[in-house]
Amino acid sequence: MNNYDIIIIGAGSVGVPTAMALGAMGVKTAVIDKKASPGQGENKHAIGGIRATHSDPGKIIAGIKSLEIFSTWQEINGDDIEWLKGGYLFPVYRKAEENLLKSFLPTQKKYGLKIDFITPELVGEIVPGINKQGLIGGTFSPDDGSASPLLAVNAFYKKAVATGNVNFIFNESVKEIKQENNKITGVATDKENYSTPVVLDAAGAYSKDLGKMVNLNIPVTPDSHEGAITEPVKPFFKAMIVDLRPAPGSKNYYFYQNNRGQVVFCITPDPPILGTDKRETSVFLPQVSRRMVDLIPRLKNIRVRRVWRGLYPMSPDGSPIVGLNRDIKGLVHATGMCGQGYMLGPGIGETIARMVTDKTTADDKTVLDEFSLYREFGGEEGLK
Amino acid sequence: MTGKRITKHPVLNIKPGEDISFSWNGEKLTGKKDEMISSALFANGIHIFGHHYRDNAPQGMFCANGQCSQCLVIANGLAVKSCMTSLKQGMNVESVEGVPGIPEADVQNECRTVEILDVEVLIIGAGPAGLSAAIELGKLGIETLLIDDKDKPGGKLVLQTHKFFGSVEDSYAGTRGFKIGDILENDLKELDSVNIWLNTTAVGVFSDKIVGVVKGDEYIKIKPKKLLVTTGAREKMLPFPGNTLPGVYGAGAFQTLVNRDLVKASEKILIVGGGNVGIIAGYHAIQAGIEVVAVIEGLSRVGGYKVHADKLERLGVPIYTSHTVLSANGKDKVESVTIAKIDDSWNPVFGTEKTFEVDTLLIAVGLAQVNEFYLKAKEWGMDVWCAGDAQEIAEASAAMFTGKIGGLKVAKSLGIFQTEIPKELEEKAAILKSPPGDVEKKEQCRNKQGVMPIFHCFQEIPCNPCTSVCEENIIKTENDTITGNPYATDAGECKGCMNCVAICPGLAITLVDYRKDEDFPTVTLPYELWRDRVEKGKEITITDIDGNTISSKSSTGRYTVKRVIANKKKFPGTLLVQVQIEKENAKNAIGIRIQEKKAETLSTPKTPFLPDEAVICRCERVTAGEIRSAIRDGVRDINQLKAVNRTGMGACGSKTCRPMLWKMFKDEGVDLKEVTDRVDRPLFVEVPLGTLAGIEGSKTDE
Repeated sequence: MNNYDIIIIGAGSVGVPTAMALGAMGVKTAVIDKKASPGQGENKHAIGGIRATHSDPGKIIAGIKSLEIFSTWQEINGDDIEWLKGGYLFPVYRKAEENLLKSFLPTQKKYGLKIDFITPELVGEIVPGINKQGLIGGTFSPDDGSASPLLAVNAFYKKAVATGNVNFIFNESVKEIKQENNKITGVATDKENYSTPVVLDAAGAYSKDLGKMVNLNIPVTPDSHEGAITEPVKPFFKAMIVDLRPAPGSKNYYFYQNNRGQVVFCITPDPPILGTDKRETSVFLPQVSRRMVDLIPRLKNIRVRRVWRGLYPMSPDGSPIVGLNRDIKGLVHATGMCGQGYMLGPGIGETIARMVTDKTTADDKTVLDEFSLYREFGGEEGLK
Repeated sequence: MTGKRITKHPVLNIKPGEDISFSWNGEKLTGKKDEMISSALFANGIHIFGHHYRDNAPQGMFCANGQCSQCLVIANGLAVKSCMTSLKQGMNVESVEGVPGIPEADVQNECRTVEILDVEVLIIGAGPAGLSAAIELGKLGIETLLIDDKDKPGGKLVLQTHKFFGSVEDSYAGTRGFKIGDILENDLKELDSVNIWLNTTAVGVFSDKIVGVVKGDEYIKIKPKKLLVTTGAREKMLPFPGNTLPGVYGAGAFQTLVNRDLVKASEKILIVGGGNVGIIAGYHAIQAGIEVVAVIEGLSRVGGYKVHADKLERLGVPIYTSHTVLSANGKDKVESVTIAKIDDSWNPVFGTEKTFEVDTLLIAVGLAQVNEFYLKAKEWGMDVWCAGDAQEIAEASAAMFTGKIGGLKVAKSLGIFQTEIPKELEEKAAILKSPPGDVEKKEQCRNKQGVMPIFHCFQEIPCNPCTSVCEENIIKTENDTITGNPYATDAGECKGCMNCVAICPGLAITLVDYRKDEDFPTVTLPYELWRDRVEKGKEITITDIDGNTISSKSSTGRYTVKRVIANKKKFPGTLLVQVQIEKENAKNAIGIRIQEKKAETLSTPKTPFLPDEAVICRCERVTAGEIRSAIRDGVRDINQLKAVNRTGMGACGSKTCRPMLWKMFKDEGVDLKEVTDRVDRPLFVEVPLGTLAGIEGSKTDE
């Protein structure tokens, strides 16, 4: 009964779409999560942006695949996941951001991304009412977009269950990863024992704790970001707007108006707030709102509905950690998504599914090489 | 034009207010300066404030208390809660059709820094509990900030036109609720260490132990050493088809419109819920000149005080026990309501339906604690207490005691109040919270000479003002407990001062005087409605305790008023009406019927009963059917329910749907231990981004 081909730890942004891909390939899969339903860890804290416009090839490839899955979901599967092709806009007010963003364009274009540096006039057309003072222009990638993390993860969940090959086990905490002679043999939770030759670490912010169970140091350090959502108002912009400028206490912030009309936003604290504290603070709203109303003054009249705080499972260089562990046979990593698990999960899930069934493609190889646990964690991804 | 305003009221003073003009969807209308926009609209007969973006359902008033966000309108271009936004001269008010827009704004904004304000004690909510707590803290000289989202302190006391129960010495028994609010407010004015901020809404509690408040249009972060939450209660809702039609709203909302804002919100109402709230709302309706077609109650007896229920039945309002509401019917607003008997398992018995033509259905099926601030503060590890309904749902008189206790607990934690909190406070609070006892009807004394009080008070409730006002000191309660039924120790000593008749909050005492005419003794009846109905010489219908007409061979129940006595100073709002009644009936007489005709029933619409059409989540308009199907699909996590069908994702944050949601799981046979509750997060009230950013005057309408 409790035998599986693979056990995924974490029913979130990565675990659920990976289970969906595995189930479709006929792999008998279990997904274990300590929470009561899919996406109740950090997935629901994602604001919903999905882009392929990254700065490194592996992320671009995974991003393109994810975009394809999100953007065609309703057409193929019928459920509305609130996909909105609004593009990503990085408005630029300073030379520093102009240079940085322009430096990514060659790689982005090489991998077929539709992206360009556009004029202030075009920026103003994409976001009516944006502050024009000092506006130099910005990059815009029209094929990027957004979808509801809540609906998407439940749609993936439903499809995974429908394959008949995936069993979701909720309200159980993994206490032990069992191995014999450095080979995975199973998983013990606070309630049950399960046997399997393959364990996928999709535990995100909690991967380090998982690693400790098998005496591995998984270099994932969570930090926390707060996000919020407003009331719905008549749509007046669609793009995800990312303002890269720093300000006291914060780095970039980003927001978009979802296809229900709600503005969803988030900020990157500086210095980062390390740890797993997910309790909302009073700092976030005044900090982010003054930056938003400076960028788009009419936003002052939109009412904020709810605030939350979620975790970014950060890797040392801002790129995910994906692939086989070399020390323990049967242990696979898909973690350290650095806040992009939601947008990369479906693409990376397919790569993992092919990897564990020995069907790896050339693109998968690019992804797996770039995200290897054994890479040099020297540089830093430009658009993490 | 006066519109649908209450221009005369037997108890409340009518202040005419200043007429101002405003527009509604382009039409010029007249309202009162600074009244809530919702009241101005109701006074103009406007009940539909917009249509929902999901299904175009008409939207209107529901809570009238700033909680639910159903009453949104566009005022000068901005979407606002009409029940919390005051009307200004020339205001351009529009309905919200679908999703509202936000106006363009090209001006750059100056943002001030949002400062942190350190305070010793913060009390959220200036109702009976908050005011009482603040008074205790003020007497001890403790720096206290008391905030309230309304423009007047008192909370729900402001809405209470009836005389309070309890005792005279320590809970203002016999005084009308709104007057008690004034008394507490005045007591507080003497105390320098307490500061009150009105029009100040607490919007969230954060893990850095800060309470975010919006004062007018200014966002302030308050860091209290001690926090006391006295936020009161909100009304529970019932699921039935038509339950969100404009015209279905809470009894508290009705009292707000009628008693605070003096708007004649309805012509004819039906009330669901025979607890004190529902019954009192019915009484308030009649005081406001509104017909009450019926009160219905699911239990086999009313849950409220019998004396309250008796008052209503004597006025001619039928109370249907073991009944529930099947549907509210109407296209854009309530046009009729269908009720039915229920069986022992609370299922409707088909074939017993009755349909009444009404324009309003009041829901008074219990209250739920407004405890989100308390629970969050607790979770964040703050030094927090709660009192009043936020702690436990009970009468306002109990809230005054738990408020005092809360205040003293805070003072004790600060080391300023060093002795034990008096036990008697806890004991009194417990007595005032106790539910009414069983009804034990006793025979009246047989003596038919002299003058004596007759008590129509047969249920143990915490109330004894009759014992305090008797000039001869001959009224006692059984066992001398406050819940004991009253009796006269020596009826022969009664001199007929009538104080007991005038003060009784239950209007359950008469004076029967045989001294002038032993065969037709003079009966003095308490009365709180319009004087013109009972002027000397008028014929009135007299009833017994159950509302039955008094009749005998010699009478038809109609009697001529001999005299009307008013003591405006001592017993404001209560008239004493004297009639002469044949001796065999004199001691049964207690009521004066006001609603002579029982409302007729309509034929019940031939539509099938569709419980799945009931709306559970009002904000997102999620129906019972949608939730039931999710539960049947295996959803056991309310967070997942949020994700898949948006239940509880709206502006109010599941304030109204939560109790109904849990009941749905239960009704589906789910073990509630298997169900994971939703995660609640700040904000608890929506706040404009500009306000949070520190922009001055970001709300253009104020």
